[in-house]
Amino acid sequence: MPVLSISGLKVDIHGNTVLHDIDLTLDPGQILGVVGESGSGKSMTALSVMQLLPHGSEWSGRIEVAGTDLATLDEPALCQMRGRDVGLIFQEPMTALNPVRTIGDQVAETVRIHTGASRREAFAIAREMLNRVGLGEDRFPLDRFPHDLSGGQRQRVVIAQAIALRPKLLIADEPTTALDVTTQAQILDLLKQLVREENMGLMLITHDLAVVAGLADKIAIMKDGEIVEAGPTREIFTAMRHPYTRALFSASAHVPERGRKTEPGDIPVLSVENVVRDYQQPRRNLFVKPPPFRAVDHVSFEISHGENVGLVGESGCGKSTLARSILALDGLQGGDIRLNGHVFTSAGEGPHPELRARMQVVFQDPYGSFNPRHRVRRLVTEPFHLVRDPPRGTELERRIDRALTEVGLSSSDADKYIHEFSGGQRQRIAIARALIIEPALIVLDEAVSALDVSIRAQILDLLAGLSDRLDLSYLFISHDLSVVRAITDRVLVMKDGKIVEQGETESVFRNPQHPYTQRLVAATPSLEAALAAPAN
Amino acid sequence: MTAYLLRRFLSLSLSLVAASLVIFLVMEVVPGDPASFMMGINADPQAVAALRTQLGLDEPLPLRYLGWVAGLLQGDFGVSYTYRVPVSELIAERVMISLPLTLYALALSTLIAFPAGILAASRRNSAADLSVMGATQLGVAIPNFWFAMILVLVFAINLRWFSAGGFPGWDAGFWPAIKALTLPAIALALPQASILARVMRSSLIDTLNEDFMRTARAKGLSRGQALRRHALRNALIPVLTIIGLQFSFLLAGGIIIENVFYLPGLGRLAFQAITQRDLIVVRSVVILLVFAVIVVTFLVDLAYALADPRLRRRRT
Repeated sequence: MPVLSISGLKVDIHGNTVLHDIDLTLDPGQILGVVGESGSGKSMTALSVMQLLPHGSEWSGRIEVAGTDLATLDEPALCQMRGRDVGLIFQEPMTALNPVRTIGDQVAETVRIHTGASRREAFAIAREMLNRVGLGEDRFPLDRFPHDLSGGQRQRVVIAQAIALRPKLLIADEPTTALDVTTQAQILDLLKQLVREENMGLMLITHDLAVVAGLADKIAIMKDGEIVEAGPTREIFTAMRHPYTRALFSASAHVPERGRKTEPGDIPVLSVENVVRDYQQPRRNLFVKPPPFRAVDHVSFEISHGENVGLVGESGCGKSTLARSILALDGLQGGDIRLNGHVFTSAGEGPHPELRARMQVVFQDPYGSFNPRHRVRRLVTEPFHLVRDPPRGTELERRIDRALTEVGLSSSDADKYIHEFSGGQRQRIAIARALIIEPALIVLDEAVSALDVSIRAQILDLLAGLSDRLDLSYLFISHDLSVVRAITDRVLVMKDGKIVEQGETESVFRNPQHPYTQRLVAATPSLEAALAAPAN
Repeated sequence: MTAYLLRRFLSLSLSLVAASLVIFLVMEVVPGDPASFMMGINADPQAVAALRTQLGLDEPLPLRYLGWVAGLLQGDFGVSYTYRVPVSELIAERVMISLPLTLYALALSTLIAFPAGILAASRRNSAADLSVMGATQLGVAIPNFWFAMILVLVFAINLRWFSAGGFPGWDAGFWPAIKALTLPAIALALPQASILARVMRSSLIDTLNEDFMRTARAKGLSRGQALRRHALRNALIPVLTIIGLQFSFLLAGGIIIENVFYLPGLGRLAFQAITQRDLIVVRSVVILLVFAVIVVTFLVDLAYALADPRLRRRRT
């Protein structure tokens, strides 16, 4: 008997149909990958199974969990089902746990509300489950709070509370999207092992084809609330019958076309020399000043004219701190940063505004990085504050117009507000804002990480084209190795505040020298590798 | 945890020292010489000078400050210029009314606000929510002296359940005293309860939208269980802040209500002392209020740490 069987599921939210005619089945011990871009309805499908749809939703069709038709259950019976028969794991481990209760308490709660177990018994089960997910007793006693734990460790706690009662069905909604690659690999391994050992069914929801390719037995590809193609993983990827599957596949592995090779000029666009950035640590003892934490430790590198340089590393390695230092948002404790040969910032000194205009930045979050009350016209002209004699009148109009058309938008977009644009379009506006002042260097801090694969491919093409046409240099910061590989000429690998390896992108990825780089490359899920592996 | 509390205690003690210094110096520059005020306009300058010496007003500033602080530490606040009785007695008498009144009003306000805020947040946009929001809007808008007068009209004059004002003293027994404080406490509590209910509601709504509430539901908790076990404690921090502020406000801010009900409280004492240039009383009341605020702040900090484990090790 399948642990999950969905047929003809249709969901409307306030009259808008968000899911049409969904059919899925999942057998015990199997992994079903549900793949799609944002808005495709994959999370809605999970919430339908949990019967936790948002307010104002109506559903029809048939959902059976381990043979029980959900339509026949009332709310108390559904509460009994949730957590006992179905476990749910979320994308955001940082916020999925209650910050004011201990991890033991939260795992034990699943046990206590479903079984008559005493506090002591429930805590014993919680201990066992935390051990099971790799959080041993010595380092992770039950009375620790979530804020003591890293993202990967918190995700393990979430998994422990989801599997505490050995549910028949486990639903994981983007469980590793917020995690580093090496942590991602560990969590995926853990999930796979649990499914095989406990004979659970796992519905793994993700936007990342590479993640499911190496893991799932079956795959369903969703688009606009429908399943466009479903079947055994290997068959889907080898046949690629549906055009959307092909589009998704090619967007995931997209490498933008890049023209001209850079010739190293005499003066590098950016030169970072021996940069040191310390943070003051919180005082633990009133009378002893703690030693500073060195986030960036004597880092040096150069970016030549028109060159794209990638900076990779896991969270906490100091790459964002380095980016902030390069942008002169924080002061330096040592070393200096030169732009086109002029000192941009050095210890104790910030840059001149005119010089600051030569370096611009695009951030990750296309939703949070604009003031929602300003029109696009005002948003993209913001950098003009930096120059002494900003363009006015028709010259200003011309510049706005050029910046917007350069990034593939139209000049009429200047009078719109930011909420009228999609995530991809917003990122184009962010690029237009950086371009308008004709900088020499753009720092792209996780600039495509929040975008769907097809949009990401378009933005990468746009960036490559701009770099060729306008002779721009990029410093491309990302945790996503495949993106960095696609767009950069050279790559820097950062760990614990130091650059541990640097070189031509292709040679670093093909033949990593430093053990850390080797680990990173090995942990990165790869579509080709997953498909080339023999069937198991 | 201990380190957190120790740090808070130290920093609050420093605030107290700083506040005493500021209060002392401000009182020095305020116009009006107490000695000439006490002797009247036509007083003999020699008699005024003699009085100044007697009051210790001609000693050097630092010495007078130290003398004042040393006195405070021993519970000696000095002698009132106008009443000619020890200030500590004056204040103690008034505190016996103002402090119970404040606690009474605060308890009422909390008892009303918590259920109302929780009800409104858990049934958002329902009729219950709309009524709570409407009622609290009204509660914030109505001036409390007007509400106090309505209370007197209805419950004292028409129904004759309570007396219209005055205070029999604690010697008259616990219940008569509490009864006399009931109408003033209600009048004080209403606007506070309205504010608190609104804060509770919005804080709880924010918490209900958190990811961990979805986790709780996915574990199989019902809506009510999830709210009680996971939302309430997280929603408490802003509410505690407001309760702390309300205590400090009520302790001395009840002057209008004290006047409506003829209650000899701290607010009235301060007001009278200011109009009569009885600077030593003003100074003492102010330092006492500062002390009360600091103690309450410390208690609120303690409550924060109990409510949220993340604060226990945070640097402050």
